[in-house]
Amino acid sequence: MRGKAHVFGNDVNTDEIIPARYLNTIEPAALAKHCMEDADAEFVKKARPGDIIVAGENFGCGSSREHAPIAIKAAGMACVVAGSFARIFFRNAINIGLPIIACPEAAADASDGDELDIDLAAGRLKNLTTGNSFAFPPFTSEIQAIIEAGGLMAFVKGQVRK
Amino acid sequence: MAMTITEKIIAAHSGREAARPGDFVFARVDIALGNDITAPIAIRELAAAGIERVWDRTRVALVPDHFTPAKDIASAEQAKVLRDFARAQGLTHYWEIGRMGVEHALLPEQGVVGPGDLVIGADSHTCTYGALGAFAAGVGSTDLAAVMAIGKAWLRVPESMKFTFTGRRRPWVSGKDLILYTIGEVGVSGALYRAMEFAGPVIEGLPMDDRLSMCNMAIEAGAKSGIIAPDAVTRQYVRGRLEREAVYYASDPGAAYARQFEWDVSGLEPVVACPNLPDNVKPAAALSDVRIDQVVIGSCTNGRLSDLETAAKILNGRRVAEGVRCLIFPATPAIEREALRRGYLETFLDAGAVVSPPTCGPCLGGHMGILAEGEVALATTNRNFTGRMGHPRSQVYLASPAVAAASAVTGRITHPAEVAG
Repeated sequence: MRGKAHVFGNDVNTDEIIPARYLNTIEPAALAKHCMEDADAEFVKKARPGDIIVAGENFGCGSSREHAPIAIKAAGMACVVAGSFARIFFRNAINIGLPIIACPEAAADASDGDELDIDLAAGRLKNLTTGNSFAFPPFTSEIQAIIEAGGLMAFVKGQVRK
Repeated sequence: MAMTITEKIIAAHSGREAARPGDFVFARVDIALGNDITAPIAIRELAAAGIERVWDRTRVALVPDHFTPAKDIASAEQAKVLRDFARAQGLTHYWEIGRMGVEHALLPEQGVVGPGDLVIGADSHTCTYGALGAFAAGVGSTDLAAVMAIGKAWLRVPESMKFTFTGRRRPWVSGKDLILYTIGEVGVSGALYRAMEFAGPVIEGLPMDDRLSMCNMAIEAGAKSGIIAPDAVTRQYVRGRLEREAVYYASDPGAAYARQFEWDVSGLEPVVACPNLPDNVKPAAALSDVRIDQVVIGSCTNGRLSDLETAAKILNGRRVAEGVRCLIFPATPAIEREALRRGYLETFLDAGAVVSPPTCGPCLGGHMGILAEGEVALATTNRNFTGRMGHPRSQVYLASPAVAAASAVTGRITHPAEVAG
């Protein structure tokens, strides 16, 4: 995947990703209209499908609302690259099939508007603007099994059948 | 080998002799929890996967507490999704308005969760139940759907961090002050993915309401869970209310911790978390020039009976300052009824405060007390993120019920001793 970076700081919380005033719906398209609104009110106007969110440490901290990764995915973001992820956001993203990459070096290297090229299977991120390349570790086999099943519910259906 | 209380509970729920940090386990869940924000997505996912029945209708708890009494038509529809699902599945743990309370106050109070349990909740403050000696962790909606389907959850066994509190608490220093101080020391990602274990003589002397408020905010340090080993206070609390048999665990001597802290809190004074993160902690006395527009006393952190008792003690015979709105939210109907019986509610009304039915409402900027642009609130809740209680350019300070009530009286952030001696 290849896309333009939108860079945020540390501790981006789920209230900023999707403010609670929009949580009276679970429709992905409705949530996508307000993606990142309280971190950057102009984000939805600037972002294009296939773009990439880049942030510092502890991305997605706060509430357990799955509406946060749903809003990011439905807004067409290809991936989130961060220094680290808050644990509930991490689980939610894996469970709904939003690609996420924890790579502090790549996150620190990227500036707003940089062109990123990511090969998830190979674990490689190249910043085409700075020319720097980064390797990120693969997920553990347990998490990989959920991803390969097509998300947690597909994985669980497999478990129920066994 | 020596294990922490957290490792023991997870091992016992995954059919293993031992659980080590980093292990992935498929753990049996005692109670699965969802609310009117998170459960509708879980219910949709369950249906999409073609799963018709929950794994055990006595172990799924649904609490419509966030946007209820319904704040608008869309919220009413979400609450109806819960109501219809609970009825269709024959769930034994669904509470309608009138019996419903803020989930993390309601479940311990009703004896639904207890010592030794493994609880998975689609709400980040599920970690509250660690105060009872349970392993309890927040997840999202799809995780909840999976648990509702099979009664099990994938977990990575967390490393533990131990926080030992020694010395003597000064007057007006509560569990809320201890946890805000802790978050201020370690930071909002200082316990990322870990279990926070609170111990020491100060914790042993802490009432259950304060313990619940401490474990409630473990997530604000990034933790997976917070926990306090059960003791006489725990046994007294669960007696006569717990639905199932309690199982009491304790950490072994020699159990391994990723980090250990020992703090003598004898010098600690009431503290406040300033905007916009819960780790931006300062002494209340140092913030006396911060003027406030609204005070909120309530939430899953501090809406319990002893919280209202403290507020009533300070507001008794005093008036909420001119131009300040003081909103009080008893967390459950039982708490509200007891506060009524003891005269607290009359004290609040006499002081010029307003008393709301149980709801999460204002804590997450849902309803019942939204802030306008530029307004400042002091709340006993758990998050002060940008725009948390309303307009993106409003501000939230977090504190104990004592600081909140004292500040309501003066209209600025106030050490309780300044008002009540």
